[in-house]
Amino acid sequence: MSIVFTDVNYVYMAGTPFEQTALKNINLEIKQGEFVGIIGHTGSGKSTLVQHMNGILKPSQGTVSVEGIDLNAKGMPARNARRKVGMVFQYPEHQLFEETIYEDIAFGPRNLGLSSEEVERRVTSALQFVGLDREAFGKRSPFQLSGGQMRRVAIAGVIALEPEYLILDEPSAGLDPRGREEILEQILELHKTTETTVILVSHSMEEVAKLADRLIVMNDGMIGLDGPPQEVFRHGREKLAVAGVDVPSVCTLLAELSERGLTVEGMPLTPEAATDAILAARGRKR
Amino acid sequence: MLTDITLGQYFPGNSIIHRLDPRIKIFITLLFFGGIFLAGNYSSYGLLILFSGFIISKAGVPIKHIARSIKPLWLLILLTVSVHIFSTPGTVILNIGPLTATMEGLQQALFMTVRLVLLIIIASILTLTTSPLVLTDGVEHLLSPFRRIGLPAHEIAMMMTIALRFIPTLLEETDRIMKAQTARGADFIHGNILQRVKNMVPLLVPLFISAFRRADELAVAMEARCYRGGENRTRMKELKYHMRDWLAFVVALIVIACVGGLRWVAN
Repeated sequence: MSIVFTDVNYVYMAGTPFEQTALKNINLEIKQGEFVGIIGHTGSGKSTLVQHMNGILKPSQGTVSVEGIDLNAKGMPARNARRKVGMVFQYPEHQLFEETIYEDIAFGPRNLGLSSEEVERRVTSALQFVGLDREAFGKRSPFQLSGGQMRRVAIAGVIALEPEYLILDEPSAGLDPRGREEILEQILELHKTTETTVILVSHSMEEVAKLADRLIVMNDGMIGLDGPPQEVFRHGREKLAVAGVDVPSVCTLLAELSERGLTVEGMPLTPEAATDAILAARGRKR
Repeated sequence: MLTDITLGQYFPGNSIIHRLDPRIKIFITLLFFGGIFLAGNYSSYGLLILFSGFIISKAGVPIKHIARSIKPLWLLILLTVSVHIFSTPGTVILNIGPLTATMEGLQQALFMTVRLVLLIIIASILTLTTSPLVLTDGVEHLLSPFRRIGLPAHEIAMMMTIALRFIPTLLEETDRIMKAQTARGADFIHGNILQRVKNMVPLLVPLFISAFRRADELAVAMEARCYRGGENRTRMKELKYHMRDWLAFVVALIVIACVGGLRWVAN
């Protein structure tokens, strides 16, 4: 039960002067139930990578399979496999088009050919997941909402497909800190309650470090680092610098502290955990 | 997907044709068009073919690129050729059922083909060797005399520039929305025409919204920099005629005059 990349290469605009290799020899397995964070600087290939996971891009070489089925094969099995992977693109609010929020979220489930009762159930629960009340919002136009609310409606439109794997490409980009926090919390909540596999693409190390239990660092079309966040931060500092991504400021703080003689146990990633660890370390020192 | 399309056909280069002033290039193109319709016999067409061969050799654009511009029009060429072969009265050379091919028809068809091909070649050399921005600049200059009769030359050129600037952006946007809606199960490829038109709604609505949003943002950005079209605007790169521009113009004028002359001589 996993998404598997086997020797995947991807070349943009092959055969033209603008040819560019975006993915180089990717071998990767994402298991069901994981919360994977993918980071990398602009142009590192992270968006290209995730767009292979539901067959939007076809690898130039190699195969991508979901639960053993090659996504780019023809026929129903491959189509069903693609449907298991839901994808939220960058700025998903730009794809809203229906007159009401309800209709817009129902677009995906209806395309799956579900009964109207099932569609209704899914829309209601998707709205609930993103923290919007169906009674208050269902009949409103999605274009009257604030940016953060529009983003949530758009995400709900993908959640309503009830995918087993949910990919989110920079879901918090362009939101204010509060909207960002809310969306990330809801994603974590969804991951916990429905055991949906989540793949979160982000620029922000802080964000990913807090949520993900596995971290993949992309650099120049290749997987630079892959492992639990603590491992990646502990052993991969040079590689992270090469990849052009920052370690969370908490980690920098702890590294700084240990250089000045205060060694802190473990590898806390959130300010709260770090505070505890630092206090504990100071207690020991005294 | 869609972003793979290279837009506009400008082929960057530094040939003499590339460096010519856009106004002169537009003039020569128009002059050449006139020449094409003036020509009426083998020698005048021969001269035009020689002249365009000369231009092609100087333009530094691979023949392959020029040939590509003719490709979409081969059906039109085929149609005119067959119409001319079979509908011109004269010496009959072949009978196919109710259709009769004539010697004069064959000649007419040949002339028509040469005309069409030359038209396309010369027009595409203009766009191949002139970047869209420079081209609109040239158009603005050529239209400016008509300002006196109320033609907003600057505004037209600005509109063209902005439209050109936004084509790749909107294509990218279309690509992204298409991918996103496909991921939600939208289908843009299958079904009959009616269904397909209906299926375009999830693509077109977001596309229009984003186009309007971009237009709005651009307008605000331009006004914030105190943009006011037309009157008293100066430009960073003034167009200037050089010696080579006049020379090219004179050469073109002589060639086209000869084409006209050849027609007279023949009659």
